[in-house]
Amino acid sequence: MYAYDEIDRTLVNERVSEFRDQVKRRLSGELTEDEFKILRLQNGVYLQLHAYMFRVAIPYGTLATNQLRALAHVARKYDRGYGHFTTRQNIQFNWIKLAELPDALEDLAKVGIHAMQTSGNNMRNVTSDQWAGVAPGEIEDPRIWSELIRQHTTLHPEFSFLPRKFKIAITASDHDRAAIKIHDIGLRLIKNEKGETGFEVLVGGGLGRTPFIAKTIKHFVHGRDILSYIEAILRVYNQYGRRDNIYKARIKILVHELGIEKFSREVEAEWQHIRNSSLQIDDEVIEDIRSRFTYPAYEKLPHMPDELRQAAADPDFEAWRKNSVAPHKVPGYSIVTISLKPTGGPPGDATAEQMDALADLADKFSFGEIRVGHEQNLALPHVAKRDLPALWKALDKLGLATPNVNLITDIIACPGLDYCSLANARSIPIAQELTRRFANHELANLIGRLHINISGCINACGHHHVGHIGILGVEKNGEEVYQITIGGRADENAALGTLIGPGVKFDEVADVIEDIVEAYLALRERPEELFMDTVKRLGVEPFKERVYATR
Amino acid sequence: MTSPLEQKKIKIAGPSIVTANRTWDGIVVYRTATKSWSADLSEAAIVRNSDEAKALLAESVADDVGAIGPYIAPVQVGADGKIEPGNLREQIRRTGVTIGQSAQV
Ligand code: HEM
Ligand code: SF4
Repeated sequence: MYAYDEIDRTLVNERVSEFRDQVKRRLSGELTEDEFKILRLQNGVYLQLHAYMFRVAIPYGTLATNQLRALAHVARKYDRGYGHFTTRQNIQFNWIKLAELPDALEDLAKVGIHAMQTSGNNMRNVTSDQWAGVAPGEIEDPRIWSELIRQHTTLHPEFSFLPRKFKIAITASDHDRAAIKIHDIGLRLIKNEKGETGFEVLVGGGLGRTPFIAKTIKHFVHGRDILSYIEAILRVYNQYGRRDNIYKARIKILVHELGIEKFSREVEAEWQHIRNSSLQIDDEVIEDIRSRFTYPAYEKLPHMPDELRQAAADPDFEAWRKNSVAPHKVPGYSIVTISLKPTGGPPGDATAEQMDALADLADKFSFGEIRVGHEQNLALPHVAKRDLPALWKALDKLGLATPNVNLITDIIACPGLDYCSLANARSIPIAQELTRRFANHELANLIGRLHINISGCINACGHHHVGHIGILGVEKNGEEVYQITIGGRADENAALGTLIGPGVKFDEVADVIEDIVEAYLALRERPEELFMDTVKRLGVEPFKERVYATR
Repeated sequence: MTSPLEQKKIKIAGPSIVTANRTWDGIVVYRTATKSWSADLSEAAIVRNSDEAKALLAESVADDVGAIGPYIAPVQVGADGKIEPGNLREQIRRTGVTIGQSAQV
């Protein structure tokens, strides 16, 4: 867990009283909506189809149980009893009243939670691996660096008025769970030959209307130089970035237009000016941040406790364990992913009751800590293996033990036309129907790892470009139509999917996905060949044929 | 953001209304013929040509304390005068999400 310092607490509290005053002036008519909009966006407040939407940051995806309880409280008291976890380690409340927002912010501020950096053209919430600090083989806890960047960029003038929003993600494992290649800046924590910590820096990733996979701009930037290097990138971006056209304002467009070589030369030149400035980080600063992250007092526990051996006889437990439980860096412990993808449910939603109960379970079984991942699931990062059977039983009662992590029903979906004012088509009902079609666990397991990602418009909040199967809703003559891509991925081998053909209607989407899956099952050479491998081996043609031959 | 009034031409294809979200709580509201807002679509003022639409929108924009983000939306008016939303988006704004119960327990 991380303990905020006094500066942060003061800042967060000041923000709340400022916003209270702004809301008051807005409601009295002293401020117009045009004047108020930028102020509300600075506090995570959007206008959606049905109501205001309130987006709250969960920095690098780490939550303490009192914080999760505070989120549950906000859901219950100010909203309709649930919240929606997003792909960027945020939570959104969909029905909050403007008049009550200052109270909600105040309640969250008491536990150190805020909505800064969740909207607007600034540096957004820095995201990280949800398994940070516990993943086996991790080089170093990437949250220390996320926190360093968070502190440096929060409300920093240079990062507060960018041409467009700006997103950074950090990973410190070989397997990238933070999707760094689809971020404006992606940082991969590595060590050089001398054993010093630094980063491979990637730049220019992003989805939306013009998707790009990030490119490596520098193979090694020393940890002490990372702020100056990021600043150099931001300066070049600020200097060239297009403010005239919001579709061209993201850094990915600039990197593409200048080319990575020219862009990196410009950054290098800028960096030489500033790298030896006050931006160079002292070891003490890093050590101070490091000391604020506390790790549990792990016990020495057996790798295969009796409890686990006995529970293995229960096929339901085993089904869940196999896909929800991952190895931990400390023997005798596990990382448990909590699926927020129940059959027929909207991906990423959790009720206030579930949040409260999960906080209790985290206190009991995970040293009071919860994580939020970009797949719209949660995790308990420090569960003793002997406690797994008891935890599973408790989760199952809460509807939080759907054994589908990384399977076809573990779908990422944006809110789409059910909530979002920018949407062209619905996303959630498509996801719901697919979870029903593939509800049979044996079938889903037979299919194996397969990620479906759905967005309700080209902004790509549901990351459809990088779904193994991507579904994008568009509008055609007043009707919802869906374009299907296959072959995308968001991990260390990130790639954009390929469109398989003309869009299909709302009612046909689930049938088309079934066809694609059937084609895959027929085409794969052996059961271990994953969907992605088959697509890689054969290309999109056989899938296209299968889908359109009869349509 | 450009104000909706700066749109050069406001063209409407059929009966239309002005809708927005109420400022203090955000709920969906419709501009009425009595210069106020109602959560009930049946109380919405119907406009049938671009001049009427423009006037209704102008008056709605002016009431910035009452509601935000006003825009013109199509409706269908039945023989009995019953007003129905003219597209899926407005249908969803009127009747709510189509996803059944959220976050099932
Ligand atoms: C419901 C209100 C939302 C609105 C109005 C909204 C709006 C947008 C817009 C306009 C963009 C494109 C920005 C650009 O390319 O410059 C965007 C990107 C994005 N949104 Fe949302 N979004 C919403 C909800 C969500 C949710 C619920 C999620 C997660 C499930 C999400 C995750 C993202 C991500 C990851 C991107 C970046 C995609 C990229 O790399 O371009 N958003 N959003
Ligand atoms: S992808 Fe489009 S529809 Fe979905 S949440 Fe983002 S802006 Fe809204």
